[in-house]
Amino acid sequence: MLCRTASDLYWLARHMERVDNTARLLDLAQRTSLLPGRIGARRASAGAWELALEALDLGTPYLQRYGKVDAESVLQYLILDPEQPSSIISAIRAARESGRAQRGAITAEMYEALNTSYLSMRDMRWEHVQRRGLAEFLEWVKGCAGAFRGVTIGTMGRDEGYEFLRLGTFSERADCSVRLMDVNFAPVDDGQVVDGSTEYYRMSALLQALSAFEHFRKLYRDTVSPERVAEFLILRADSPRSLASSSSAILSVLQRLSNQHDSEAKRRAGILAAHAQYGRIREIYATGLHLWLTDYLLQLYRLSDHISNELFVTTAVA
Amino acid sequence: MTQAIDEMHDRAGQVRAHYDGFKRWRDRTSAETLAQKRREAELAFHRVGITFAVYGEESGTERLIPFDIVPRIFSASEWSHLQLGLRQRVEALNLFLRDVYHEQRILEAGVIPRELILYNEQYRPQMRGVRLPGDIYAHIAGIDIVRAGEGEFYVLEDNLRVPSGVSYMLENRKMMMRLFPELFAQQAIAPVEHYPDVLAQNLRSVAPQGIDNPTVALLTPGSYNSAYYEHAFLAQQMGIELVEGQDLLVQHGVVYMRTTRGLSRVHVIYRRIDDDFLDPLAFRKDSLLGVPGLFEAYRSGQVTLANAVGTGVADDKSVYPYVPDMIRYYLGEEPKLNNVPTYKLREPDDLRYVLEHLDQLVVKEVHGAGGYGMLIGPSASSAELASFRARILAHPANYIAQPTLALSTCPTYVESGLAPRHIDFRPYVLSGQSIQIVPGGLTRVALREHSLVVNSSQGGGTKDTWVLEEGGSDAVSHRE
Repeated sequence: MLCRTASDLYWLARHMERVDNTARLLDLAQRTSLLPGRIGARRASAGAWELALEALDLGTPYLQRYGKVDAESVLQYLILDPEQPSSIISAIRAARESGRAQRGAITAEMYEALNTSYLSMRDMRWEHVQRRGLAEFLEWVKGCAGAFRGVTIGTMGRDEGYEFLRLGTFSERADCSVRLMDVNFAPVDDGQVVDGSTEYYRMSALLQALSAFEHFRKLYRDTVSPERVAEFLILRADSPRSLASSSSAILSVLQRLSNQHDSEAKRRAGILAAHAQYGRIREIYATGLHLWLTDYLLQLYRLSDHISNELFVTTAVA
Repeated sequence: MTQAIDEMHDRAGQVRAHYDGFKRWRDRTSAETLAQKRREAELAFHRVGITFAVYGEESGTERLIPFDIVPRIFSASEWSHLQLGLRQRVEALNLFLRDVYHEQRILEAGVIPRELILYNEQYRPQMRGVRLPGDIYAHIAGIDIVRAGEGEFYVLEDNLRVPSGVSYMLENRKMMMRLFPELFAQQAIAPVEHYPDVLAQNLRSVAPQGIDNPTVALLTPGSYNSAYYEHAFLAQQMGIELVEGQDLLVQHGVVYMRTTRGLSRVHVIYRRIDDDFLDPLAFRKDSLLGVPGLFEAYRSGQVTLANAVGTGVADDKSVYPYVPDMIRYYLGEEPKLNNVPTYKLREPDDLRYVLEHLDQLVVKEVHGAGGYGMLIGPSASSAELASFRARILAHPANYIAQPTLALSTCPTYVESGLAPRHIDFRPYVLSGQSIQIVPGGLTRVALREHSLVVNSSQGGGTKDTWVLEEGGSDAVSHRE
């Protein structure tokens, strides 16, 4: 497969996964902002919308543009701002552009799914989102991402291109899961009362945004505690958005794709997968969850660089 | 100008036999259903993204080429005549190209003026003496055909460089079968869907000698090119890589593509990039679309380009008037398809006549394409006529002139309902080990009333083209 095609497919999948994840992040922010302040505000200094920006490392660029944080501006920034490369509309456009460039490498139905989403999103204004209601709009966005994922699984040949799509999907999903956890498990400010019910609401909002509440309940029949949720989202291989799932998927893709014996990308993916698969939540807590997650995110970045160097640039004769 | 003939109705207003099945179907179908189907077609084309980029407009502008649901139909006998004529013409054109880049017998014989070829901008001296697999130059030819007078076919233009539009032949057919399956069930309409297969076979058949299982790639200028949809579509349908210049490189005279598993050799390139942009070392130095060293690899026979470099000299409008002579010279046959009578303004008698009859003629710039650089005398204003006259006088050899043909019409959906609109037709002739023509092509229609310009860049639309199989005009016969 052409390096350019591989790279385009990887980014196509990353962008569609980002669309899904940004919608989930906003869903979480919305749920959290509706909780009574005592429960919802993780820190006196930061409400749900600040946290959403923080999760994406977009606090500073946002403030430079909008000056102050309010729900409507944050939503416009993360959904509709065409100049903000991570906004839902930008991510859909980028995915569709990659799809258009590579429409020969994906199936017609996949392109149609991308194009339909793009055409409906292209002329979207804030009034439309308001009229539909945020929750319903976000459902629709997740539906677009889901439709694309479904058509991909259902129609795409299991070839190299499929593997590059998976690589993009799981790289992005791991990245986003870390970010979501990091802001939601961040330690509370001094002086705030934290009791069982507070944690219950925060953690269940997180699980619900990830469509994982029922699954969690089925696996853990006792309380919704942060430690259990962290374990569920990091270590459980049967949780589809856990780091264990995403990183072992990345590893298996690289094992299939990389023909290099001494592939650094493969080695790094192996270490990441081992951390998530064979870790223990108590050990992670002993390190400090925030530290552990920060390090994990850094390792993911480095892995992405190696993937790009090894697979998207070629000069040697095969 | 005589009254144009209509493809569906004869002069007495009777429906022609090969349109009978279609007419019966239309009579049974309500106007609402048709309107509904037309909307459906438009939505589907948008969703599938069969669009073309428009030059000169805001970048990224994508438009649909309007699609008309009334098919253009050929009877079996019309088609078999056309097919013979097309084969003959393309065979002669390939012989001509081989000749002008080797022995130049036709120039020696004085059939075509030597300077017209050798000083032609489209003649590539770098191609002198280069042997090509099968001696094929124009592997893919799009021959523009019109009907005029009482229904005679005329060749309007030969497109031998990078003819486009074949994806519309395939997509229009797919759309018609989806919208009106009953029409196909009731009549024997020759299928066209195997075109990519024939093309792939054809490209493989011209691989460099000694290559058993050649790798073929389609070279595109990129996703901002107006025909990108077609490039991606054909590459996918043929199961070959769609490459841009940046994906290819030449090492030690061999062409490779950059793949995730290293460099991989390419043997045949179906290039949809003009000669000028192929290789900055050989042609335009500012080209970022091409591949440095590609032309040298090509000359030394390491890779086949389809079409060959230098085919433009055979489809140049100044050479067009000589194609019937080429047929006579190389094949010893009379042309089966007419050329449109053409005045060569480089000749003083023709020039004088044309200047005297400018308001009755179509004048074309010899290197112009896409309906640009063209004067349609009868519909031009006196100011336009005057300015064109000045342009002609400045460089007479740059122009040819033809009578305005009464292009045939075909019923077409317009705002007021069904109305006759002028059409032309581009079949695709594939030359490799043999010459193959898929029974169909691209019918273009001028949607504006009285307009004769069918180019998509100037308000043209497209239609599905049907070739009825023998006995296919019988509406009661059913396909098994």
